[in-house]
Amino acid sequence: MSEAIELRGLRRDFGERTALEGVDLSLASGESLVVLGPNGAGKTTLLRILATLLRPGGGEVRVLGARLPAEAWKARGRIGLLGHDPLLYRDLSGRENLRFQARLHGLGSDAAEERIEELLRCVGMGRRGDDRIAELSAGMRQRLAICRCVLHEPELLLLDEPDSNLDAEGRELVRQLIGPGGGRTRALVTHDPERALPDADRAIVLDAKGRVARSCAAGDLDPALARAATAGVTA
Amino acid sequence: MTASRLAFGAILGKDLRAELRTLQSLPAMALFAVTTFVIFRFGLDRTQLSGSLAAGVLWATLLFAAILGVNRLFVAEREEGGFDAIRLAPIDRSALFAAKAAAMVVYLVAIELVVVPVFALFFLDSAAPLPPLALVLALADVGLAATGTLISSMAVNSRARDLLTPLVLLPLVVPLSIAATGALEPLLTVGGPGYHRFGTWLATLGLYDLVFLLVGYAVFDFLLED
Repeated sequence: MSEAIELRGLRRDFGERTALEGVDLSLASGESLVVLGPNGAGKTTLLRILATLLRPGGGEVRVLGARLPAEAWKARGRIGLLGHDPLLYRDLSGRENLRFQARLHGLGSDAAEERIEELLRCVGMGRRGDDRIAELSAGMRQRLAICRCVLHEPELLLLDEPDSNLDAEGRELVRQLIGPGGGRTRALVTHDPERALPDADRAIVLDAKGRVARSCAAGDLDPALARAATAGVTA
Repeated sequence: MTASRLAFGAILGKDLRAELRTLQSLPAMALFAVTTFVIFRFGLDRTQLSGSLAAGVLWATLLFAAILGVNRLFVAEREEGGFDAIRLAPIDRSALFAAKAAAMVVYLVAIELVVVPVFALFFLDSAAPLPPLALVLALADVGLAATGTLISSMAVNSRARDLLTPLVLLPLVVPLSIAATGALEPLLTVGGPGYHRFGTWLATLGLYDLVFLLVGYAVFDFLLED
């Protein structure tokens, strides 16, 4: 099985502050990774580097076979990122936002319309798809952001707290879009290890200084220890 | 259709749709320009302007009105995550530069359709200069849009973008201003439009447009990097 993500000694600084230091990781295609750690551990920075949105400060980074940052163009369009921002324009409707994204990703209009309707149905937003984003609740925006993330059927999903703002029904609805399986590789940042670990193949725990405190098979990580790690107790 | 042309159309369409829906830039630009003409009308205490004074009043008003639009050009991308969405797509980032510059040209043409007749009504004795004036403004709009898009994309990440944009943009458009007013001066002279060195000034405007479109195309990808 080929490697979807390969990191060797990844480092990233923001001015004087080190966000990530010496991060090593290998994730095979189709595997699911959970990234744990306290606030400020560099989890979001790690996802943004993998998404080609941030340049690595040092070390080697390969995503979907592309060496970053030099070959980032090879990976773009094959990655779906769900971050803290929904990346949706407030003055456009959900459908208009998704059509815009579809055109950016080169989807033909008929195929795009079909896919958009399918996704909106999937997340229970079919009837609110023509409402402007500014008029929707945070949970509804998150459902649309998940549609945007998977619209172009990416090979690699990078998910930062995907359950944010979702109610129980919403969490179940989006699970079929961003859950494990389907041959997709997933990297999931979460503060809810009990829910994420059973679906994952591998787990890494970052400490408060952006270093890997633990890297192991997901099944080997005790959920109680994982919970402590997200609270910052990694010693 | 290539991916970049599709992206260009998507970004331009998105910007125009959002502007038509919210009217955040165009009314402010048009109102600013018309108000400025009213102030000049009473400040100068004249019912007719001619030559360099007419050219200066028209160009300075359009330039400052344009800055209002330039300031807001990338606000949605900055505040609503559009930069990230576009950077994640497999497209040439210069499509964003081209689409934003095209949107700015559309805004400028739209306000000129309103404010140039107002200028003619306030300060000109005939409408004869308007057809050649439209040609000068069309060329000046392209240069202003290209330079404005470039500066706006850099300033939008700064908290002081409202201050930074005019501070950086105005010196850069000095050559454009000289050429635009140089071309407008004989057109707006009382007694009918003249064409003294008109071709030279148009060529200068065209050259300025070409240089800044090429600079934008060359550096925009770099400007979008973190």
